[in-house]
Amino acid sequence: MMSTLFTFATQIHLAAEEGGHSDGAEELSGFIDSGPIVEWAWLIFVVPLVAAFLIVLFGKKSPFKGWLMAWLSMGFVMVYGTVLLILNWTQGVVYYNQITVGEIGDLVIEWGVAVDGLSIMMYFLVGVVGFLVFTYAKGYMKGDVRYTWFFASFSLFAGGMLVLVASPNLIQLIVGWEMVGVSSYLLIGHYWEDYANVDAANKAFMVNKIADAGLFLGAIIMAVSVQSFRFNDVIDVVVRGEAGMLSQYAFWAGLLLFIGAMGKSAQFPLHVWLPDAMAGPTPVSALMHAATMVTAGVYLLGRLFPFYFSDMFAGDVRNIIIVVGGLTLFLMGFLAITQKDIKKVLAYSTVSQLGYMVAAMGAGAYTAGLFHLFTHAFFKSLLFLGAGSVIHAVHSNSVDDMGGLRKYMPKTYWTFIIGTLALIGIFPFAGFFSKDEILASMKYAGGNGQDVANFILVLGIAGAFVTAFYMTRMVALTFFGEYKGHGEPHESPAIMTWPLIGLAVFATTAGWLNIPGMFTPFTDWVATRVPLVGLGDHHPEGFDIPLILIVTPLVLVGVGIGWWLYGKDRDTQAERDSFRIPVLWPLWQNLYYIDDFYMAAIVRPTKGAIANAVLWFDLNVIDAVVNGVGAASQVLARVTRWTDEDVVDSIYNGAGALTEASGSVLRRNFSGRVQQYAAFSFLGVVAIAVLFIVL
Amino acid sequence: MTVVQFTLLATVLFSLGLYGVLTRKNAVLVLASVELMLAAVNVNLVVFDVYLQDALHAGQIFSLFIIAIAAAEVGVGIAIVLLIYRNRQSADVDQLRSMRG
Repeated sequence: MMSTLFTFATQIHLAAEEGGHSDGAEELSGFIDSGPIVEWAWLIFVVPLVAAFLIVLFGKKSPFKGWLMAWLSMGFVMVYGTVLLILNWTQGVVYYNQITVGEIGDLVIEWGVAVDGLSIMMYFLVGVVGFLVFTYAKGYMKGDVRYTWFFASFSLFAGGMLVLVASPNLIQLIVGWEMVGVSSYLLIGHYWEDYANVDAANKAFMVNKIADAGLFLGAIIMAVSVQSFRFNDVIDVVVRGEAGMLSQYAFWAGLLLFIGAMGKSAQFPLHVWLPDAMAGPTPVSALMHAATMVTAGVYLLGRLFPFYFSDMFAGDVRNIIIVVGGLTLFLMGFLAITQKDIKKVLAYSTVSQLGYMVAAMGAGAYTAGLFHLFTHAFFKSLLFLGAGSVIHAVHSNSVDDMGGLRKYMPKTYWTFIIGTLALIGIFPFAGFFSKDEILASMKYAGGNGQDVANFILVLGIAGAFVTAFYMTRMVALTFFGEYKGHGEPHESPAIMTWPLIGLAVFATTAGWLNIPGMFTPFTDWVATRVPLVGLGDHHPEGFDIPLILIVTPLVLVGVGIGWWLYGKDRDTQAERDSFRIPVLWPLWQNLYYIDDFYMAAIVRPTKGAIANAVLWFDLNVIDAVVNGVGAASQVLARVTRWTDEDVVDSIYNGAGALTEASGSVLRRNFSGRVQQYAAFSFLGVVAIAVLFIVL
Repeated sequence: MTVVQFTLLATVLFSLGLYGVLTRKNAVLVLASVELMLAAVNVNLVVFDVYLQDALHAGQIFSLFIIAIAAAEVGVGIAIVLLIYRNRQSADVDQLRSMRG
């Protein structure tokens, strides 16, 4: 099967090169590959970055203290993304443009823009979710001390993410990757007055850096093997099936790049940063830790899909990917059950859903993984913004202070319910379609020689049950029963509820873009309209009815058990948790002791040593340099003073004294007698005349 | 009549003028002596103009300029002397020593 697919791909490739007329080439030649709309697409990532710098410089004096600029830039991205999406839907767009910015030996470093199905989907996603979240943030961040700075870093983040997804090569991807990392550090630590938040920001940054080492090494191996940073050149080598340096090192390149993806996409065991990253403001969680930043890893796997798909190249890594994704989706779902912090429940849920996406990529289901990325971005940012709205109302993150909120905040409640239904995968909400496609793809992969996929399929089905359980628990604790917090909660202002409604619309309808066998524009966008990348992807011909008949009842059972345990109002957390499962509950509550293990095994031993080393360096090297510079400038000052006082001053004083002395001598000649002067001048003339005559 | 006699005349006139400038106490007489020196110069210019047969008669024209400027200078000089006399009731140059260094 695979060989026929690759033959097909090769035909397209060769036909495109020769300008021939095979079927594939005709399909490609119908695409838009020029024209002002695609050629100016680089504005998509330049505009938010320019906005970020303008807000830093002039934000406080601009209208709405910088919010307007950030909001308009996201509006621009949304409109441009939508236009490109419509173009891609109707005609298809494939356009790559790069400019050379430097060279390392034979390797050319380029900067450019990729406008194809995959990146257009991401432009649209970042634009729409970003625009709605920025709108919401105006209400949520109202009165914040660093309001302007927040929107500057938020725009920087959006710009970084767009740089990442617009990248046609590995170098630009890494630049975008790091911009996203830096802005996430700034935003997680936004409330830095509380030291715990600083720790969270550091943790996110460090864990990501560890993963980034993998990304760098993988990128270097890949670039050196192919002699190019361009994705298209890598894909070309893969499609042609060239045995060479790339195929030789493909396993390591693929594995290292996947480690990079594991960091950004919070895969087990590098997931630890994401729940802590909830320390940032809620709009940040919605945009970065649910919808866009964490999808970067999945996006990278999608970009390099043929590389991972081909058995000749990194095919072996696919089994690692599916296992990591499967473990993540299964293990992390349970952690959400024990959490009291409403945002942490959603955080572990996000990690678990990212596990689904990664596992789908590992199962060779390119479209399914990206489709889940697409739908998840809408409903998870909806859930985060809903949680933000609740937090805004009750001034607490803990479900202990909530309860009964459906009466006080009907809009938040209903949109939250829609998000929940989409997340747990109830027909016809978005999550149903994407999760079903992932599970169907795993089943297909399991039936086609990837044995481990069968095991992961079981985990995936179990994960769907767990998802239903913990979401029901959270909805019950938050919106049902009696209110347990302080004061009278109130519905959030319109600027916060409208984005919720907008996202609820997407959370409902996004799934309809890929109804297997009936209406599949999404498959066309990201698969057939990214030349060569989506080839080899399996698209289900229709719904997998037996699978749905297993999963949907299981989800309903999960909802039922959740409601049975948590639906009845109880006063204290202890009563609520009375059903605790003996061994597992402490294990989950302590997050499988992974964080403790990292703390004991890595952080504590190294933290002290690193701190001491830094202290030593500070005291002995930096201080020495500083003191040396100080001493040197003191000596220099002495020299300067000596020069000034003893040399320069004496010159000036000497000149003055000379003038005075000569003046006192000469003044005696000036008697005031005009005739004497006349006589002198006559004598002078005579003297000159004599000189002339003599000489 | 040779050029020597005229130059001698000019020399005598110049010397008398110089003597007057350096020795007279009365400022008016000093001014008059200056006029003598200028006259000597004029004589010299005219003599050499004729002697050298200058086609443009530059010497004679210069002497006319000098006469005109000397008239203006005497006008200014006499006015200054008059003002000094009014202020000090004297025009004795020996007493005008306020320029002493």
